[in-house]
Amino acid sequence: MAILQDTVTRFRKVNPLWWQVGLLALAILMPLPLGDYYRSVMWRTVLYVMLGLSLHIIVGYAGLFQLGHAAFYGLGAYTCALLNLHFDVPILLTLPFSVLVAALFGYLITRPILHLRGDYLCIVTIAFGEVVRLALVNNIFGITGGANGLSGIDRPALFGFVLRKPIYHYYLTLFFLIITIFAVQRLEHSRLGRAWMYVREDEVAAEAMGIDTIQVKLLAFVLGSGWAGLAGALYAGRITVISPDQAKFMESVILFCVVVLGGAGSIPGVFVGTLGMVTLPEVSRFLKAWRDAWLGVAMVTMMIARPEGLWPSRRVQMEIRGDLEKPTPPHAIENQ
Amino acid sequence: MQFIQQMINGVTIGAFYSLVALGYTMVYGVLKLINFAHGDLFMWGAYLGLTVINVLVGLMAQGSAFFIVPAVIIVMITIALAGVLVERIAYRPLRTAGRLAPVISALGVAFILQSLARNVYGASYKTYPTGITPRGGIVIAGGARISVMQIIVLAVSFLMMGALYLFVQRTRIGTAMRAVSLNHDVSRLMGIDVNRIIAIVFLIGPGLGGVAGMIVALYYGSFDFTLGWTYGLKAFIAAILGGIGNIPGAMLGGFLLGIIETLGAGYISPQWKDVIAYVILILILIFRPTGILGERVAEKV
Repeated sequence: MAILQDTVTRFRKVNPLWWQVGLLALAILMPLPLGDYYRSVMWRTVLYVMLGLSLHIIVGYAGLFQLGHAAFYGLGAYTCALLNLHFDVPILLTLPFSVLVAALFGYLITRPILHLRGDYLCIVTIAFGEVVRLALVNNIFGITGGANGLSGIDRPALFGFVLRKPIYHYYLTLFFLIITIFAVQRLEHSRLGRAWMYVREDEVAAEAMGIDTIQVKLLAFVLGSGWAGLAGALYAGRITVISPDQAKFMESVILFCVVVLGGAGSIPGVFVGTLGMVTLPEVSRFLKAWRDAWLGVAMVTMMIARPEGLWPSRRVQMEIRGDLEKPTPPHAIENQ
Repeated sequence: MQFIQQMINGVTIGAFYSLVALGYTMVYGVLKLINFAHGDLFMWGAYLGLTVINVLVGLMAQGSAFFIVPAVIIVMITIALAGVLVERIAYRPLRTAGRLAPVISALGVAFILQSLARNVYGASYKTYPTGITPRGGIVIAGGARISVMQIIVLAVSFLMMGALYLFVQRTRIGTAMRAVSLNHDVSRLMGIDVNRIIAIVFLIGPGLGGVAGMIVALYYGSFDFTLGWTYGLKAFIAAILGGIGNIPGAMLGGFLLGIIETLGAGYISPQWKDVIAYVILILILIFRPTGILGERVAEKV
């Protein structure tokens, strides 16, 4: 672990711009020599990084436990599908609506429960997630197609060019991912981002400093939900068949793991988490059959051995581990 | 008549919820932890009971309702030990790690147990062999029917709940349990071995849950590995409804939830049965997070 730590710190000294340029080049060039299967896996990875980042705003920055996030992903996909099927709206034009609908639901659902903390919030979000999924399964208003979902969604088209192959979808999603990363990074250093972290670390102190904690938390939920809706619409455009399974609890847990195990509060952490929780089970047949167990083992061992995640932000690491020179007494951590 | 029938069915389902809710509420009482793995230990009770009964049927070359008795005993002991093991491996190292880490660890254990069940027993529905489930029933007032199985379910659960209540209220260990649920450090000063008490809680809760799992599987006839998740969440709702951390509350909450759900399914729509349970949970947490009988939790929410 110590060697890993050293390597990480050494790499951190490199100018971050070089990292970003290098990773971008890698992301653009990597699918070219690969076959369609692996291109598809890469598309899924990119999509989940985006979803992970949307949850990262809620869980990583604001420190709110959201275990029903997949519901918004599903809502985005259904909005896109319904607009496309009933009103023939092109997929790319449905994206803003998907974002709006998911964000609106994010507002309506989380507004009444914002005063709840910790594990209670987590339970209510599970319940809301399940209610959304069951409403989709029960064919609410007769428009969601029940347990089979909706099919026959158009593929996205760009100036008349229909995106069919996985690689085009990969680039489309990558484009949105880059926007997402840029936006999330800007948010992190904005006034709002600092307020989120303040609320995460000490809500009472944040309130005393004049932060409207309810407003700030609500913004985290609304932004995160809307972003998940965008990812849902991109998914619908690629797969063209959607079902309530997309909103199931397992998806929410995978997303939660992506953020928490990857490293709460850090964007690279979401990448690492996605590779471990989504990409690895996708390419390994053994892990596919035992995916849930793999997730479980990862969750238990990580919580015991490295609760701050694989690639945490320094702030979260200090929060959990305490300052290395001056360790926080355990009861201080417990009281948070 | 339909109403009486619905009530009988509701109370039976409520008994299951109560038995499982007890496990959640006891663990929450002593550790302030939502033990997500509890539902899956319950599901393992159903699978283990199936295995034991299959072995017995294989040995005796016939099925008999009396096989349930040894099966219940074996399931109870095994699942109770599994519960202690889970606590030892996944929760004890996290005792001082705040509140998020143990919850995630508990979810992790739940997934491990679920995945194990799916890979060991397969993803298809399982049924208990014929001749095991007692059949027949009695027609009571107004043409409503209560089956032998329902009588067994109610008798067993009332017996277990009564015994547990007396144990917690009247014995030294029970008193120690109540003390630990108030404050670990002070209990330790009073000479209570807190780790031992927590281990006992993890023996009793999953033990009851395992038996409940087996009876649920017998009652419905067929089950699969998702049993633990659906029932676990419902039972947890029951625990919250009654006031989490409160043992009579869990019993009351279980029966209430069972009745509400059955009446909702009967008079509104069976499709929306689960939604009704979740909506109850959401409303309670928004308006009265302490539940019906709880009073201590208010400041923790």
